[in-house]
Amino acid sequence: MSCRSSRAALATFFACVCALSAASVQAADKVKVGLVSTLSGPSSALGVDIRDGFLLGVKLNGGKLGGLPAEVLVSDDQFKPDVAKQLFEKNIKRDKVDFMTGVVFSNIMLAALPEAYDNNVVYISANAAPSSIAGKDCNPLFFAVSWPNDAYHEAAGQYANTRNVKNAYLVAPNYQAGKDSLAGFKRTFKGQIVGENYTKLGQLDYAAELAEIRAAKPQAVYIFLPGGMGINFIKQYVGAGLGKDTTLLLPGFSADQDVINAVGAPMAGLFNTAHWAPDFSNPANQKFMAEFEKEYKRPPSLYASQGYDAAQLINAAVRDAKGKIEDRQALRRALKTAHFDSVRGPFKFNVNQYPVQNYYVRTIGSDGKGGLTNKSFSDPILKNHGDAYAQDCKMKD
Amino acid sequence: MSGVLILEQALNGLQFGLMLFLLAAGLTLVFGVMDMINLAHGSLYMVGAFLAAWLVGLTGSFVLGVVGAVVLTGLFGMVLEAGLLRTLYARDHLSQVLATFALILILNDGVKMIFGTDLPLSAPAALAGPVELLPGLQYPAYRLLILGVGLALAVALYLLVQKTRMGALVRAGASNRPMATAMGVDIRMLFTLVFGIGAALCAVAGALLGPLLAVQVGMGENILILAFVVIVIGGIGSIRGALVGSILVGCIDTLGRTGLQHVFREFLPPQWASAAGPALASIAVYVFMAAVLAIRPQGLFPARSG
Repeated sequence: MSCRSSRAALATFFACVCALSAASVQAADKVKVGLVSTLSGPSSALGVDIRDGFLLGVKLNGGKLGGLPAEVLVSDDQFKPDVAKQLFEKNIKRDKVDFMTGVVFSNIMLAALPEAYDNNVVYISANAAPSSIAGKDCNPLFFAVSWPNDAYHEAAGQYANTRNVKNAYLVAPNYQAGKDSLAGFKRTFKGQIVGENYTKLGQLDYAAELAEIRAAKPQAVYIFLPGGMGINFIKQYVGAGLGKDTTLLLPGFSADQDVINAVGAPMAGLFNTAHWAPDFSNPANQKFMAEFEKEYKRPPSLYASQGYDAAQLINAAVRDAKGKIEDRQALRRALKTAHFDSVRGPFKFNVNQYPVQNYYVRTIGSDGKGGLTNKSFSDPILKNHGDAYAQDCKMKD
Repeated sequence: MSGVLILEQALNGLQFGLMLFLLAAGLTLVFGVMDMINLAHGSLYMVGAFLAAWLVGLTGSFVLGVVGAVVLTGLFGMVLEAGLLRTLYARDHLSQVLATFALILILNDGVKMIFGTDLPLSAPAALAGPVELLPGLQYPAYRLLILGVGLALAVALYLLVQKTRMGALVRAGASNRPMATAMGVDIRMLFTLVFGIGAALCAVAGALLGPLLAVQVGMGENILILAFVVIVIGGIGSIRGALVGSILVGCIDTLGRTGLQHVFREFLPPQWASAAGPALASIAVYVFMAAVLAIRPQGLFPARSG
């Protein structure tokens, strides 16, 4: 008798525990996303496009992500790592967001990421994807839906080889992503490097560096200068008359729509490398191009496409996890399969949760409406390309 | 390094130095002559750049826009002096620092409210290309314009302070204010005018550098630090010191950014040279200032002799 009642009590107890744990992984009633990006200053065009791309993605889903009403909290990191860290803390601890996303710059993201890791919040990177997190510091909570920091540069080095460039001069800011990018170029480039210059991050006057380049007489110049830095460099490069004897090769983001708009005619005919181009014919991209133009009355940039894809990835993952975003394991499994139609075409995650995808050479030409736009070569310069660091990643599950 | 490269870098250093001089000149007069620390001097540079970008967009003419911005910023400076800063002359330096720091914050947010965080400003199309100075030396036409304007203003300012009645009055007012007032000089009016000229010079620098750099909120703070370095090196209150200090700082910064790597490459492995070069270049100017302070604490050209 006592035995039976104790068994009943145990059964009740287990039932309660089961009910409790079931309650904790019940489908959430909404999805909260914290979007922290650079929305002011000379590099604000990047952050603004990530934000607009992301919000467009949410809007086209009827204001929902994975079938749940979505709330996106947008804030400006002012290009300052300490501000970004505070905003992450606020979004995560006070607003209790489910996802963080949006940061443009690697150094800013690296400063703020521990806030997300420590509180078990997933970070979806719509841009920055530094080599450290691709390799030994890979983290189960970090997903890059953009491209590894050095991929464009590996593609550019490969393209320089196909153009028979014998020697090149490299310029990048003196910070992690700058070093990653030039390492990427050198990994594939077979010619000689005649000069390397690491400038101050945020530098806007390149007179001294341009004089050095003129003296070094390289066949090609390759720069990694995101945002306002690149705009100023290209303007001053043209102003100094260097364009006549030296080929300027660019990573995609230094020759994207925001840079084209700011620099204007001198951009025509320049070559650059990227994982996306506005002329991709896949249906997802066609829809994105049309809707973005309609919504914002301007052509989207790479960054906008990445912001849009970040929203699509979250949408697909929340849907596949059946809304159980509190269950991080289920959510991660859903994120890793990435069942969404990316505007870039084929996309999948590597073991380090960095993308494996194609990279293309693009050239800048007329858009037929009096402006300039990027046109992609039909064959990728790098096919199904991952990154050089994935083997160092021991991903914990 | 070849001769052409050194010449081009010297031109770059001179161009940067002359723009620094336009800021430092106003700062050193206000600091040395009126004994007033004006941290908001960089904000006048920002105001000038924003007004220029706005007026160039409005009128469609670069010259009109820049001249308009210079005049308006000069007037703005005079209003600021008469309305607020004048009451600070009698206070100690801490009050001045606090009040003008508050002014930086107010002006930053004021500009943001009126114009937004940044405005586009491009060099005139006629000056967008390079000019061949020597065979093998092409130099951007717009930077030559900046060099010319900077040099002309430096000479004009030197003549104004050293050779005109107004300059003599400024120097008299600075050395003994009650005596100058007793002799019938309207010191208050004079200081307002000097402050206006300082503000106008800031606007010239802001408007001319706008197309090369970027017209954005907060652009004044970074350059203000360098302007203070210049007047400490040159000697507080001295126009000649400001000129020499500016050109020294401009050249050290420019040559340091690229030349140091060449020097290091002579005796260090390349990866060390490319790491140490940029790191040292960013502090080279401050090392130089520390050296000047150690050897000549009063600056290279103390105000009394300049």
